[in-house]
Amino acid sequence: MSDVTDLGIAQLRDGIRAGTFSAREVADAFVVKVSRAKALNAFIVETPDHAIAAAKEADAARAAGEVLKPLAGVPIGMKDLFCTKGVQTTAASHILEGFKPVYESTVSQKLWDAGAGMLGKLNLDQFAMGSSNETSYFGNVISPWQRGGGDNAPLAPGGSSGGSSAAIAARIVPGATGTDTGGSIRQPAAFTGISGIKPTYGRCSRWGVVAFASSLDQAGPMARDVKDCAILLENMAGFDPKDSTSLELPVPKWEENLSGDLRGKKIGIPSEYLLDGTPPEIVALWQQGIEWVKDAGAEIVEVSLPHTKYALPAYYIIAPAEASSNLARYDGVRYGLRDLPEGANLQDMYAATRAAGFGDEVKRRILIGTYVLSAGFYDAYYTQAQKVRTLIARDFENVWTVCDLLLTPTAPSAAFALGEKMADPLAMYLNDVFTVPSSLAGLPAMSVPGGLDKNGLPLGLQIIGKPLDEQGVLNAGLAIEQRAGFVARPEAWW
Amino acid sequence: MSEYRIKGETGDWEVVVGLEVHAQVTSNAKLFSGASTAFGAEPNSQVSLIDAAMPGMLPTPNEECIRQAVRTGMALGAVINKYSRFDRKNYFYADLPQGYQISQLFHPIVGEGEISVSLDEKNPDAEVKTIGIERIHIEQDAGKLMHDQHPTRSYVDLNRAGVALMEIVSKPDMRSPIEAGAYLAKLRSIVRYVGSCDGNMDQGSMRADVNVSVRKPGEEFGTRTETKNVNSVRFVMQVVEIEAKRQVAVIEAGGRIVQETRLFDPDRGETRSMRSKEDAHDYRYFPDPDLLPLVLDDAFLDACQASLPELPDAKRRRYEQDLGLTAYNAAVLTADADTARWFEALLAESVRVAGKSNSELARPAANWLISDLFGALNKLGKSLDESPVSPERGAELLALQADGTLSGPLAKQVFEIMLETGDGASKIVEERGLKQTSDTGAIEAVIAEVMAKNPNQLEQYRGGKEALFGFFVGQTMKAMGGKANPAVVNELLKRVLN
Repeated sequence: MSDVTDLGIAQLRDGIRAGTFSAREVADAFVVKVSRAKALNAFIVETPDHAIAAAKEADAARAAGEVLKPLAGVPIGMKDLFCTKGVQTTAASHILEGFKPVYESTVSQKLWDAGAGMLGKLNLDQFAMGSSNETSYFGNVISPWQRGGGDNAPLAPGGSSGGSSAAIAARIVPGATGTDTGGSIRQPAAFTGISGIKPTYGRCSRWGVVAFASSLDQAGPMARDVKDCAILLENMAGFDPKDSTSLELPVPKWEENLSGDLRGKKIGIPSEYLLDGTPPEIVALWQQGIEWVKDAGAEIVEVSLPHTKYALPAYYIIAPAEASSNLARYDGVRYGLRDLPEGANLQDMYAATRAAGFGDEVKRRILIGTYVLSAGFYDAYYTQAQKVRTLIARDFENVWTVCDLLLTPTAPSAAFALGEKMADPLAMYLNDVFTVPSSLAGLPAMSVPGGLDKNGLPLGLQIIGKPLDEQGVLNAGLAIEQRAGFVARPEAWW
Repeated sequence: MSEYRIKGETGDWEVVVGLEVHAQVTSNAKLFSGASTAFGAEPNSQVSLIDAAMPGMLPTPNEECIRQAVRTGMALGAVINKYSRFDRKNYFYADLPQGYQISQLFHPIVGEGEISVSLDEKNPDAEVKTIGIERIHIEQDAGKLMHDQHPTRSYVDLNRAGVALMEIVSKPDMRSPIEAGAYLAKLRSIVRYVGSCDGNMDQGSMRADVNVSVRKPGEEFGTRTETKNVNSVRFVMQVVEIEAKRQVAVIEAGGRIVQETRLFDPDRGETRSMRSKEDAHDYRYFPDPDLLPLVLDDAFLDACQASLPELPDAKRRRYEQDLGLTAYNAAVLTADADTARWFEALLAESVRVAGKSNSELARPAANWLISDLFGALNKLGKSLDESPVSPERGAELLALQADGTLSGPLAKQVFEIMLETGDGASKIVEERGLKQTSDTGAIEAVIAEVMAKNPNQLEQYRGGKEALFGFFVGQTMKAMGGKANPAVVNELLKRVLN
């Protein structure tokens, strides 16, 4: 029998149900894989006991003839932005190093309730701020992918959910949670040749997720294919009275209704997403994607989202503004790091603790956020950015009158080498140029792998849908997946 | 309108006052968490994960707090905003776990309203002033720092952190200490009627920030100072007076008033600067992204309106018109919701036992409550809810007076005994034989004795000194041990003397 770690979520679930292999075998196999993959630095904490306990429970339930839970015995990775009861939760920061919540986030609880087990807490950009996974206090995550032709430069797995994307691409977890504020699920998925969906804002509870920018943050699944994303999302989403921005709606049966048949669908191609300087391979992949969805029966329409170019600047005002306030609670008073210099007063303690506890990128965004909210600048920046956000949302509303979905590239480049963009924050921020507009509008959006660039690195295609139309997004993703036949995987060098 | 003036060297100055009153909303749970709000609990025993701002925790609004703010706004005749929104006020302090306070700066839940206050207690209709309400917004309270528990450390108690407050902001419409005091007292009366705040200023459930400026009458507003957390009506009046005098002195000495936050030291009778301009905060307000805007529907508003009790002004008018009470008595009885409730219980019970109408019994009941019971409680240092005499017992006493069993003086005597023994009036009358008598034979016999003992006075009276009539009444009553029916005594005395 082949290695169970080559299987995805659906295959593991079905195999455990059918008795093809035991949940314990699955957990053990992944635990070994995780323990051998230190070179990727994808995990901050490993929790083999958690995964094995879930596996034992699944095996016992099966032995007792019970109906198995939807994810019984399936092990997954948990982005370390989700608070997990009794397990260190750091948001990849020094300021929360050693913090063990006494509570479990709603999303992670739902997954455990569905029978899943946790292999560990996955590394990420600190407080989810970054597009390359180079801002973690616990070190960079290294992509399992390498450029061909003997170039062994360590590559970025994307960010902020880079631990998740790297671990899935390396087959050390079959699926993982991610969070997406401006593209933090989709861009790393694209960089590592996997799938990931950010659902409609409000589909997944934010309760227990360390906040970055509250009006944008949204949890979602990352996995090897579209079906696995649908399965995970079904077990993550749902109304939560503890989150007042949570949507009070039933969770659709996304897996059951998956179909790659796009007949009758109109797919919009926004002209503004064709940027100067986009690598020709990405333009070519986009064109290929258009052919694939046509092949699946969709009709293509040219559309315009005229305010797209203002999305990134607006995002980099709104997200830091919210972050500067959300991160104020890390003050050294109640939990986490406290740096109390000799003779320090309260203000000195705050300053010393925050200086020592936050990384450079987090500090940069706190400063930006504090600046744009400050008296005299509020209207010029924050109010203006909110107006832009409204215009961008309206752009999308307008195109929904002529099409059902949008197809765009996920990121403007393939994975870059670690260190390549760290000196230039603006170049780094540009990575989110295609993912940010749908985040500002709260729309569901997904990245699926489309092909490889000339260096053999994955490239992703993004599908954006109407509010609550995760099904449409998943179906288009499936149609592309079926035609792209993406089977490339990194060689195991770690 | 107000004639209150500060006499300065350069002439008369007028004071301009506005109040920001923080009223703790009466609810079992905090504004955005399920933690309890009970007063006096052990430090940090009422703190949820949300109140402690643990990572990933989110606020969810407590509907009861929203309801109470809306009902308060309605009681002040204010505009209720169907759309309101929560904003964050950002600043760092150890008693503020989140690093921001959730408040409503841009879109408060209640808009403009007004209340009218009586400035002359003795004659409530003589001088009435209308004071504008600017807005009411709801916000979270902060925690408390305790500096006296350890020689070098300060402790933090988060029991209050997250408790819902209504900030009731007046317009700068007050012009004297009396107006400021009357406004605060009226506001407290209204929130107590509504039940949205217990109004206990000594427990910190209600406190006022007092904005004071001075100007020459008719000129533009001067620069104001804000004296924080003043916790009694009397102190608010003192702050207005002291701060106005201080400002006049500063200006007349050639200085300038700086806009600043001050605190009141009641022991020294002065206000002191709390923060200098250098620490001026930039709160970086912005809409709280964790909370959706608050949108109130008609059904909710209708239910709030329907749940409002009769408010003090309406009650006062009703007491005057339907019960025939004097304006003063009606004002005294309606100033406080508990007093009005007590009075209404007394009256209802009196009607039940005496079998007479409201309007016949209201006046004696009001008089007894205001002069006899209040007087007695005052002496005992007790409040109405600690009264040793219940409304039922009071009604029993009043009924004995109404049916002629007890005269006024006898009733007073019985009441004294009730206070001491806690017994009922009938029992006391029965046991001690304190019934009033209208037995003409007995009274005539006593009158004959009185005449016999006081021949000089009788002669003087007959000689034209009619004022001595009262003397004979007094002597007769005294000889009867206070039990004679005064009307009968009068009647019989007139017959004997004329």
